[in-house]
Amino acid sequence: MPEPIIETVALRKTYGDVEALRGLTLQVQAGSICGFLGRNGAGKTTTLKILLGMMRPTSGEARVFGRRADDSTASVEIRRDVAFVGEDKPLFDYMTVSEMVRFTAAFYPRWRRDLERHYLGIFGLSPAVKVKTLSRGMRTGLAVLLALCRDARLLILDEPTSGLDPAVSEQVLQALVSHVASAEMTVFFSSHHIAEVEQIADRVVMIDRGRATVAAALDDLREQYRRIRFVFDDDAPAVPVFRAEGVERVSRDGRVLTVLASGGAERIVEEARPLGPVSIDVIPVSLKEIFLESSGVEG
Amino acid sequence: MDTSFLRPNPSSGVPIYLQLIEQVKHAIETGALRAGEQLPGIRPLAERLVINPNTVAKAYRELEHEGVIELRHGAGAFVSADRRPRQLTNTMRAGQAIVAATVERLRARGLGEDEIRRLFEAQLAGLPRKGERSA
Repeated sequence: MPEPIIETVALRKTYGDVEALRGLTLQVQAGSICGFLGRNGAGKTTTLKILLGMMRPTSGEARVFGRRADDSTASVEIRRDVAFVGEDKPLFDYMTVSEMVRFTAAFYPRWRRDLERHYLGIFGLSPAVKVKTLSRGMRTGLAVLLALCRDARLLILDEPTSGLDPAVSEQVLQALVSHVASAEMTVFFSSHHIAEVEQIADRVVMIDRGRATVAAALDDLREQYRRIRFVFDDDAPAVPVFRAEGVERVSRDGRVLTVLASGGAERIVEEARPLGPVSIDVIPVSLKEIFLESSGVEG
Repeated sequence: MDTSFLRPNPSSGVPIYLQLIEQVKHAIETGALRAGEQLPGIRPLAERLVINPNTVAKAYRELEHEGVIELRHGAGAFVSADRRPRQLTNTMRAGQAIVAATVERLRARGLGEDEIRRLFEAQLAGLPRKGERSA
């Protein structure tokens, strides 16, 4: 397996007596679009800051392009090939769009002028307009343009479509998808919009209370997770203890026994058949349900 | 190039690449796509549907592996020559009509989409029907 573009090993970060990261281990491979899901306060932003060299870990390792993100020299070189679009989208309000673009382009020798024209058009950005007058959607569009045109190997985004209308959101997603298709780029983005993650990500990492709870290919989650409903003629039997692996949660409600499985649905069905259900439904589980389950929210 | 028959639902729980494979096969079986016709390239299709290009690539690879499409280097993806007898396409069309009529009858009885889908899936999976005890 080639070296991951992003890797953390048992990453810990403590601020005072708050443990933001409690042993986070994750990998993101080259060419992947990886969604980073977690509740507010779970440690997403801390993780991104450490990867970008803006913060040092308390212990453990964080590597980008195989190099230590907390090493000052390495970090400078890492950041030449990483583009970051944060929630604040820091732009110089007093500049015009054109000035902002030229200013940024000056730092990057591989600046893509062709993409610049393309994205100015897509996001409806007039070159002469001052940045401070841009709508939220246009601001994000400009930030995405600045990130993509620098021809980075890795694009890290923190809630890129937060507060955007569906049309602009789709344009941002389309820009990401299009860029990954044509250039060697990896995308690592945190988001609360689970449907968008389902749409474009091939991999998902879920973080809860400073640790990774799920780290898998999205298709594997779709193929493995199942909700199994056993309906009985009378009250469902007491919750059985399953020998089969993959049982995440079992609940009992009247005549229905429901099992949430992260894998091995067939074996679980076979094990429960002797209980004598009158019907068995095996249903796919949405990413939202997997997320709520993994962050301890009762579904 | 019309690709309106490709409509994956990312939130359905079914892997998108599987949905694409099924939708391409269905389009061929009902004649909406013909032998020799060109499919969009991986990148344009990913952009059009706003899905991960690896997903499109995976679907195309699988379709090529099954002989449903041919990937001609530099030229694109093309529907394979029709090796199956014409009769099978007609059978699929007739099957489509039967399914349409059955779905209408079930709807007339007040069953909803999810219920109808479950009836078909249970039938195909050979699961016990409601009221029967499993063997």
